[in-house]
Amino acid sequence: MSGPKDAKPKQGGRQSMAEQPPLERIRNFFEVPLGYTPEQAMLEASRCIQCKKPLCVGGCPVNINIPWFVRLIAEGKFSEAARKIKETNGLPAVCGRVCPQEDQCEKVCIIGKKGDPVSIGRLERFAADYEREHGEAELPEIPKWTGKRAAVVGAGPAGLTVASDLVKKGHKVTVFEALHTAGGVLMYGIPEFRLPKKIVQSEVEFLKRMGVEIVLNAVVGKLETIDELLADGYGAVFVGSGAGLPNFMNLSGENLIGVYSANEYLTRVNLMKAYLFPEFDTPVIRGRKVTVFGGGNTAMDSARTALRLCPEEVTIVYRRSREELPVRVEEVHHGEEEGLRFQFLTAPKRFTGDRDGRLIAVECVKMVLGEPDESGRRRPSEVKGSEFQIETDVAIVAIGNGANPLIPQTTPDIKVNKWGNITVDQDTGRTSKKGVFSGGDIVRGGATVILAMGDGRRAADSMHEYLMTGAW
Amino acid sequence: MYEITEKQELAHTVYLYKIKAPLIAKKRRAGQFVVLRMNEHGERIPLTIVDSDEKAGTITIIVQEVGKSTAILGDMGAGDSILDVVGPLGKPTHIENFGVAVCVGGGIGTAPVLPIAKALKAAGNKVISIIGARTKGLLILEKEMKEASDELWVTTDDGSCGHHGFVTQVLQNFINEGMKIGCVVGIGPVPMMRAVANTTRPYKLLTVVSLNPIMVDGTGMCGSCRVTIGRKNQFVCVDGPEFNGHEVDFDELIMRNRSYIKEEKSAMEEFTYHEGDKCYERCDK
Ligand SMILES: Cc1cc2nc3c(=O)[nH]c(=O)nc-3n(C[C@H](O)[C@H](O)[C@H](O)COP(=O)(O)OP(=O)(O)OC[C@H]3O[C@@H](n4cnc5c(N)ncnc54)[C@H](O)[C@@H]3O)c2cc1C
Ligand code: SF4
Ligand code: FES
Repeated sequence: MSGPKDAKPKQGGRQSMAEQPPLERIRNFFEVPLGYTPEQAMLEASRCIQCKKPLCVGGCPVNINIPWFVRLIAEGKFSEAARKIKETNGLPAVCGRVCPQEDQCEKVCIIGKKGDPVSIGRLERFAADYEREHGEAELPEIPKWTGKRAAVVGAGPAGLTVASDLVKKGHKVTVFEALHTAGGVLMYGIPEFRLPKKIVQSEVEFLKRMGVEIVLNAVVGKLETIDELLADGYGAVFVGSGAGLPNFMNLSGENLIGVYSANEYLTRVNLMKAYLFPEFDTPVIRGRKVTVFGGGNTAMDSARTALRLCPEEVTIVYRRSREELPVRVEEVHHGEEEGLRFQFLTAPKRFTGDRDGRLIAVECVKMVLGEPDESGRRRPSEVKGSEFQIETDVAIVAIGNGANPLIPQTTPDIKVNKWGNITVDQDTGRTSKKGVFSGGDIVRGGATVILAMGDGRRAADSMHEYLMTGAW
Repeated sequence: MYEITEKQELAHTVYLYKIKAPLIAKKRRAGQFVVLRMNEHGERIPLTIVDSDEKAGTITIIVQEVGKSTAILGDMGAGDSILDVVGPLGKPTHIENFGVAVCVGGGIGTAPVLPIAKALKAAGNKVISIIGARTKGLLILEKEMKEASDELWVTTDDGSCGHHGFVTQVLQNFINEGMKIGCVVGIGPVPMMRAVANTTRPYKLLTVVSLNPIMVDGTGMCGSCRVTIGRKNQFVCVDGPEFNGHEVDFDELIMRNRSYIKEEKSAMEEFTYHEGDKCYERCDK
């Protein structure tokens, strides 16, 4: 048997993490990186020099006490390490897997100046997994009920963080979630092979054990409006409804059969488990040749999902060049190992289909990069006459999401900006409406799990203050 | 879990269900729908809310068995529970006094027409309804539609009941006779809605249709339900389900509704295979 690569602990240097071999993993939806062994975790943790002024903590959006938990791991106190992380981050098993650590804590780690930084993310994941798998997750102490209630709209990372923080302060919290499962993008967007759904669900279960009430199938705005929640005895409301409105490119043929938004494709496969069709009832068109448009996390997740649904060829078409790809390097590396192709400096023009309206090809055009634009990235423009066809029967449009309009539509006194994102006071998460707070993707547009959680944390602090004092 | 409190067979493979969902029953308005998921392995399917009873806390839906999900529902009865019911989704019908409102229901489409006819009537309209089906045995809600309307016309494709022909022929007659029509509501199979829109288009009669694309979430998050309306892409679950029939690209909707035709067939075959006996019973009736 060809074992997973790099599974053995090695002395000195960064411990690499065992992974499912590429050819094996593209035939399944199991997680790709397999996690550290306890020996590896202790060796890796001992690389940390326990800085007096740890730069890593400043690089973490929620300022986890990194050296402390890393030291606990080095000492073999794994569950204690997990508890230390949970003081500031309620979802360590999730964040250890999906945070872009290379741009945050690990980017500034002092060890990284001369070699590879301490693998903070992998250690975070290890501690959280260890605690969960050994049934050592302890319920925090819940203070006596303050007599106050809070409502949370949306059970994504932002909403779940608010719920967790507020019950720990003694409030009763009800989370209203539109879908049939809690977790937001963690459940419907990010694929199983990057974030196993049972991990997300065990975090949700933990919250419930702490006393958070979660009401599923509850679309706020349709079932009850925010004003009704406020009138119903909820002293404060947090809106964490996410950025769930898929953008399309407005090209001819975009409604042909086989053209999906990334949201639809991923929702079918992840939330509805179309990869297990017909055992599960929701189908997805697998296709032979899949083309994905976009360069972010969502594009990469769609493409790597497509690779597992066994078409012959999966290609990412991106307007700019490899250097501008906004996705994590690790993901590009994983994708390429799995056989993913890239077509850089290319943009789609129109889709063509057969007589039944099924997609058969996409016409693309070559691009060149010009001067940098406001975002600092070089602006692409078309090369005249460079049109060419890509044969494809599934196309996935992954060019980002707009703000979910439902809440602002049904609660007009919550102010939004011109893109429909709710505007808040940065430090407190307060919206323009008294008693209503917000954070996460509905405020920031598409951002990250940890930023959504950071927003949730800040909002929970000011909600607590507002609930207790009534001062706005 | 949402309990089924009552089930009636309205026609061959067409059932009416009352489902316990008190908050939805309180909030829903004519034209809105729910998304159901029967069990852990199930799809999410949209169904119009036909009626509700706020006191009993129930909503009424009417379903025809057309694929695996509706067949699973068809096998459920009073006392059984549906795993997920989400709603009320979509925008309510725009109701006002148009003077004369013609409500056209084709096949199972009569179900969503009923609450709209009631609401139009309550708003002071003279409601003239036309309901049609392939054959007499498939006609539904005749009595209820009669109660909700000032006049009711019935058509069947095979002439087994009422006018022999299509609903659009009756509608055309009204127009030819010079009836002053303020608004036409047409709901049924997509080709029927297209025919209604084509009938009224030359006269520029306000025509409302209710679309039934394939949905996943039903909350505007996926775009599965997109349809071109007046050259613009619209999400039926949040921007609809009702649109101006003269602006809808019906051909595109018909095409998109066939996206999973292969998969649906194989799922259905597998299902009837496993449920062998029952299917035999059902087909034999
Ligand atoms: C495919 C994909 C991959 C990603 N990968 C990464 C990654 O690797 N790392 C990373 O850090 N970030 C990643 N992100 C971004 C990250 O997932 C989001 O930034 C984060 O989930 C935002 O959290 P949130 O709580 O604001 O919203 P969401 O996670 O979007 O949750 C919002 C929830 O609110 C619910 N809701 C919406 N409206 C209502 C309503 N009216 N009533 C009730 N409920 C409602 C929704 O159903 C949803 O469950 C990825 C995003 C996508 C789409
Ligand atoms: S910066 Fe690096 S070495 Fe210093 S405390 Fe943080 S993880 Fe340890
Ligand atoms: S069903 Fe998903 S957006 Fe309408």
